[in-house]
Amino acid sequence: MSIWEYANPVKFIRTTDKILPWVSIAAVVCLVGGLVWGFFFTPADYRQGSTVKIFYLHVPSALMAINAWMMMLVASLIWIVRRHHVSALAARAAAPVGAVMTLIALATGALWGQPMWGTWWAWDPRLTSFLILFLFYLGYMALWSAIENDDTAADLTSILCLVGSVFALLSRYAVNFWNQGLHQGASMSLDAEENVADVFWYPALVCIAGFVLLFIALVFLRTQTEIRARRARALLARERAA
Amino acid sequence: MIALLTRDLRLAVRAGGGFGLGLAFFLIVTVLVPFGVGPETALLTKIAPGILWIGALLACLLSLDRILALDWEDGSLDLLATAPLPMEGIVTIKALAHWITTGLPLVLAAPALGVLLSLPTEGYLWLVVSLAVGTPALSVIGTFGAALTVGLKRGGLLMSLLVLPMYVPTLIFGAEVARRGAEGLTVQTPLLMLAGISFGALALLPFASAGVLRVNLR
Repeated sequence: MSIWEYANPVKFIRTTDKILPWVSIAAVVCLVGGLVWGFFFTPADYRQGSTVKIFYLHVPSALMAINAWMMMLVASLIWIVRRHHVSALAARAAAPVGAVMTLIALATGALWGQPMWGTWWAWDPRLTSFLILFLFYLGYMALWSAIENDDTAADLTSILCLVGSVFALLSRYAVNFWNQGLHQGASMSLDAEENVADVFWYPALVCIAGFVLLFIALVFLRTQTEIRARRARALLARERAA
Repeated sequence: MIALLTRDLRLAVRAGGGFGLGLAFFLIVTVLVPFGVGPETALLTKIAPGILWIGALLACLLSLDRILALDWEDGSLDLLATAPLPMEGIVTIKALAHWITTGLPLVLAAPALGVLLSLPTEGYLWLVVSLAVGTPALSVIGTFGAALTVGLKRGGLLMSLLVLPMYVPTLIFGAEVARRGAEGLTVQTPLLMLAGISFGALALLPFASAGVLRVNLR
């Protein structure tokens, strides 16, 4: 029993079919529970008022925006090293989800920034690097859709993902150097001295869990779709050849 | 390798269109900026380093598809791939040829364009230095983008989308060196970072470009 057994598409579909409903239900429960808890049953912040509640969408989506790219990076590496098709398809499936997460983080950040900072957008390091991350997502998806041959596309996009990761990281530190920003530092680390208060922390944790589960469910679903679409294409091609 | 380099240079010079085009584009962009923002000297002085860097970057971008596309179309890339030269060497030479035909003229022309944008006197040295250090990175990164999209029919727009985000760190540090130089501040930190990016890209990216090119030639 090893993890590589799931590189078999049939096995992958069979297993994820079993897991998918549970993950989806758990995602919905966590999201609804966490958001309702956060929106209606936490006190308003004494300085930020009720705008602080955007936090429950902003932080988890920003977290997933980065982690989705990390997942694509790992999946691309697996594709390059071991050439399992499911891995390449999972990377492809994760890209639009990650792009939407980045967009949610940027949009909620703008909505939050307007009352707090008095501006929708500032050329702050974190904001700027998220915008650049979004551009990387766009380029990645555009390259996938531009190439017709599936294997070529998988190879090229996985190398782009590796190189893009390095440059995304580099941009992150470059913009740090370029402009000191408005955005606050980390306030949810496990080891930090000063964190957000527990009343905000627990619903936020539930929301983060909800976003993680939602991401897993969407990636499973989209990977299944990709596998089935490819299978359908292969069948059609065989029929035409016969 | 030297034969390949001289061949590329000769083609770039004689085939026309490639060699002077980037330079002319750089000139046009620089000339258009005052029309856009107004001719006030103080404002132009302030934004001159950034404008010159953006212009150089766009001029580089414009000429990227010529690095590999022509050789791809007439099949000489396949010949080169079967030659004893490793693919990594080929893409490095291609990037070098691109830098000599595009980056180097930009570096040399930048001071003249600085005059048009009333760049302060202290700025010229650091503008030239920053461009000289930074443009090789632009060429190497661009070669990677060109290798990614070489097999596509209309890859130009896609290549811009892929390459421009990767140009961000180079642009930030390059423009920062030029800006600090123009304002008479110390330039050491961004200059070292810029050099780091250039050398890092030169050392590592040819492997990625070669890998991508091999996939595309498959």
